[in-house]
Amino acid sequence: MESPVLKVDGFSAYFGDNQVLKDINLSISNNLVTALMGPSGCGKTTLIRCVNRMHELIPGTKVSGKMYLRGDDIYELEPILLRRKIGMVFQKPNPFPMMSIYDNVIAGYKLNGIRLGKDEMDRIVEQSLKESALWNEVKDALHRKGTFLSGGQQQRLCIARALAMNPEILLLDEPTSALDPKSTAHIEELIVELKKNVTMLLVTHNIAQAARVSDFTAFIYLGDLVEFGPTEKMFTVPRDKRTEEYLTGKFG
Amino acid sequence: METSYLLHAEAGGGVSSPSPVIDSSDKVEIKKDFNSKNHVKARIIKDIFFKSTVILFAFLSLLPLIFILYYITKNGIAVINWEFLTQLPRPIGETGGGIFNAIMGTLMLIVLSSIFSIPFGISAGIYLSEKGEGKIAHIVRLCVVVLQGTPSIVIGIIVYIWVVAPFGGFSALSGGIALSIMMLPVIIKTTEETLKLMPYSLKEASLALGVPYYKTILKVILPTGLSGILTGILLSVARITGETAPLLFTAFGNQFMNYNILKPIDSLPYRIFYYAMSPYPEWHTFAWGASFILVVVVLGFNLIARGISIKWKVQF
Repeated sequence: MESPVLKVDGFSAYFGDNQVLKDINLSISNNLVTALMGPSGCGKTTLIRCVNRMHELIPGTKVSGKMYLRGDDIYELEPILLRRKIGMVFQKPNPFPMMSIYDNVIAGYKLNGIRLGKDEMDRIVEQSLKESALWNEVKDALHRKGTFLSGGQQQRLCIARALAMNPEILLLDEPTSALDPKSTAHIEELIVELKKNVTMLLVTHNIAQAARVSDFTAFIYLGDLVEFGPTEKMFTVPRDKRTEEYLTGKFG
Repeated sequence: METSYLLHAEAGGGVSSPSPVIDSSDKVEIKKDFNSKNHVKARIIKDIFFKSTVILFAFLSLLPLIFILYYITKNGIAVINWEFLTQLPRPIGETGGGIFNAIMGTLMLIVLSSIFSIPFGISAGIYLSEKGEGKIAHIVRLCVVVLQGTPSIVIGIIVYIWVVAPFGGFSALSGGIALSIMMLPVIIKTTEETLKLMPYSLKEASLALGVPYYKTILKVILPTGLSGILTGILLSVARITGETAPLLFTAFGNQFMNYNILKPIDSLPYRIFYYAMSPYPEWHTFAWGASFILVVVVLGFNLIARGISIKWKVQF
C-alpha cells in the first residue's frame, strides 16, 4: 500500500483543561472517502479542524501528537500554506457574498495573490464547476452573485471553490446538515463521483450517510477513536460493543 | 356569560378548601368581568385611544422638521441663483455677491476631516470588532462614548490649543482636525457594528483557503461590510457639515477664496452665523440662502447614505 495521504499518530487535542480528543491514530489512503461519525460533541469536528489547523482560531487550544500530510508534519508547516493544500467545506454553505460565482471559484488564487492568466482562470473555473456538478446550471450566470443560488447549489459552489486549489485532501464538515433531502442526495452523489480524484474526510452525524458514501468509517465517542475500518465491515460486524449500540440507535 | 359564570363557580366549588386570603367567589367575579361585553368594549376604546395618541405624537414630532424646511425654503430659495453660488461676498455697502468661498470651504473641510478620520475610524472599528472582549477594547469603547458626548465647542478649544496656537493662526487644517475628531466616534461605532454582523463562517471560508488573516480582513470582511461602513462615513459627514462651534476656534472664516490649508477658511455654517448677526437686511436673506444650501447638502448626504445601505445590502 502506498503512503497514506493523512496519517494521525497519537494525536490529542485540548480546549483549556478539557481533553476533547484522546490519542487518535488514523491513516487515510488515496482517493477514498473516510467518514467520521459519532454523537454530537464527540470531537469529530475538532479532529478535522485539527487537520487544517482551523481549531487554532479558538484561543486556549492545545494539541499533542503528530499529524502528517503526505509525510509532512502538519504542525511544522505554516498554517497558511497548509490550508492551501487542504480544502474545507463547512456545515452551512458560505460563498463570499460580494463575489460572483466565477470569483468565488477562483477566490483561493485571487485572495492569496496568486496571479493567473485569463485562460488559466477560465480553465480552472470551468473544470472545478464541472467536477462539482454545477457547471451546467451556472455556465450562463458565471458573473452573477453566488448568493442567488439555492442552498444545495451554494454548497456545490463551495466544493468547487475548494477543488479549484487542487487540494491533497478535502475536509467535509457535515456538508449536508443545512440542506434539504434532495440537495443532500445531490451532494452525496457528488462525493461518490469525486473520490476518483480526491481524498475526502467526511464528518457526519448521519449514520446512513456514512454507510452510503464512505469506504472507511471511524467511530468516535467521547474523544476516543472507538473503531476504524472498512465501512461495510463496521456496519455488518462491528468489533466494539459501543459501535454496535450506536449503529443500532441505542444512543447518539 | 351565564355559562362561564357557572363553570367557574363549579370549578371554585370543586376545590376542597378555598384559600382564606383569596375568596373563590372574588375570582369568579373577576373572570365574569373580563368576559363581559362592556369590558371588551372598553378595551377596544383604550386600544383606539392608545393608537391615535401614538400616531398624533409621531406627527407632532415631525412638525418641527416640516416647519424648518418650510421656513428655510420660503426664505432661502428666492436668493439662490447662479451668482449666489459662484461669487464671493462683496464688501459692506455693495449689493449682490455670493457664498462660493463658503461652499468650497465646507467641501475642503469635509475632505480634510474625512482624510484624517476615516483611516483611524475604520482601523479602530476593525480592532473593536475583532478583539471585542479585551480590557483595552473595553477602554477604547468607553473613550468612544465619551468622545461622542463631548461638546463640539470643547473640541474646538482643544484643537485651538493643540494646533492653532502652535501654528500661530487659524487654518483650514485645524478646522479639519476638529471636525475629524467629531467624525471619529460615528465611524468607529458603525464600522464595529457592521463588522460584528458578518457571520463567522465568512471569515472561516477565507482562512480555510489559506488566505492570511490581514488579507481576510482587507479583502473579504471589509468589502462585504462596505455599504455599512460607507453609510457610517456619510452620516458622520452629514453630522459635521453643519457644525459651527468648533470652527469658530479653528477654521475661523474668511471673506475671500482660499485654497491654502494653513490659512483660515470659510464654511457654510460660519457664513450663516456671520450674515445672521449682521445688521443688514440683504445679508439676512443671504443667511437664509446659505441655510437652504446647507440643509440641502446635509439632507443629500443622509439620503445617499440611506440609498447605499438599501441598495448595496449584502445578502448572506
